[in-house]
Amino acid sequence: MSFLRKVLAIVQKDLAVELRTREMLSSMFVFALLVIVIFNFAFELRVENVRQVAPGVLWVTFTFAGMLGLNRSFVLEKDKGCLEGLLLCPVDRTAIYFGKMLGNVIFMTLVEAIILPIFSVLFNISLFHPILLLIVVLGTLGFAGVGTLFSAMAVHTRAREVMLPVLLFPVVVPAMIAAVKASGGILDGQAFSEIAHWVRLLTVFDVVFLAISFMTFDYVVEE
Amino acid sequence: MISKNYRLSDFLTWASAIAMIVALYLVFVYAPTERTMGDMQRIFYFHVSTAWVGFFAFFVTLVASIAYLWKGTRRWDIVALSSVEVGVTFMTMAIISGSIWAKVAWNVWWTWDPRLTTSTILWLIYVSYLMLRNAIDEEGRRARFAAVHGIVGFVSVPITFMAIRWWRTIHPVILESEGFSLATPMLITLLFCIATFTLLYFTLLVYRVRLEQLTDEVEQLKHKLGR
Repeated sequence: MSFLRKVLAIVQKDLAVELRTREMLSSMFVFALLVIVIFNFAFELRVENVRQVAPGVLWVTFTFAGMLGLNRSFVLEKDKGCLEGLLLCPVDRTAIYFGKMLGNVIFMTLVEAIILPIFSVLFNISLFHPILLLIVVLGTLGFAGVGTLFSAMAVHTRAREVMLPVLLFPVVVPAMIAAVKASGGILDGQAFSEIAHWVRLLTVFDVVFLAISFMTFDYVVEE
Repeated sequence: MISKNYRLSDFLTWASAIAMIVALYLVFVYAPTERTMGDMQRIFYFHVSTAWVGFFAFFVTLVASIAYLWKGTRRWDIVALSSVEVGVTFMTMAIISGSIWAKVAWNVWWTWDPRLTTSTILWLIYVSYLMLRNAIDEEGRRARFAAVHGIVGFVSVPITFMAIRWWRTIHPVILESEGFSLATPMLITLLFCIATFTLLYFTLLVYRVRLEQLTDEVEQLKHKLGR
């Protein structure tokens, strides 16, 4: 089997497990919706212009929902004893990393695909801008890329569900700043050249964190 | 081995004590009073020095973490841990002294200026590093995870730094590409303070490393006695 086929096999496994229960996707989606509603209440009384807070709310929603997914990503593997099975598979450890990472990206993207139109309706702004979608993809990739690594670590700690956000948020904040800034620029109607440096920063973040995660993943899953 | 370590820590202790006294003299007597801010500006020497030690300590952790993953010896793990503890302490001092300075210069204790935000994020990353270590019981796994975190955490520093430069900042820039933007006596004081605090960092690091080694030794002795 080629490397790609091995990665896809792991993605397929995660998708099959999820499609049987739809537990995680539904809770991620409902949670994301809740975050938007709560933010609406929190800001409604004070903010004149919704556009000012929209990019921040959007990214907080995505990261919070993504955090739920990441938390589950390795918990299931560990509790059912599947992690040992996965490690015993005749595949490279990096294939496991990319497989799990792609699975998380797919789950987050599915939730985002539903949330974006709802967000547009609730905040009365159009989010369907090709560059904004690119920023969403880049942000999701970076978040899931380093998140998968931390998720594999957090599952072995004592207070695992609590540990993941504490570990992950400080590390991804710079990327989220870039994503929020870039999204804000798009919503303000700026040209791509004006926000290009933020998109570039986000890309640098993605490349660096994917590279480091895939190099160190071996040490994290090692028994 | 132990006696050699003792001699090194003795030397470092005395050297940093003497250097610190000289640094205090330079800061409070030798350095001229700044025109607009007055004596309050003198906190700046400690602020820059502690911030530098914070960054430097986290860099040492990065190096020690890479070395640990490569060699797998406990010694590197101890260095990484000790450096984070010392670094977080100094980073805390830098943030507090910066806050005092900000009250005088900008008339607020805190502002979400990029430089301040970065320092806070960095501080949080390494506090979570310590929390991660606390949350894992198994020794080898703790060291491995901590090393991975030590690497991932530091890599975000240059990226965050880029973000700062693009985000407008009101934080003064001391080190410019054309050279320092300071009067000569102030510059001498600042450089001496930085050197002193670096010396202090190594002193604390040596003590902290030895403490951890002694803890290990106690554990082994307990084990031998069969508890």
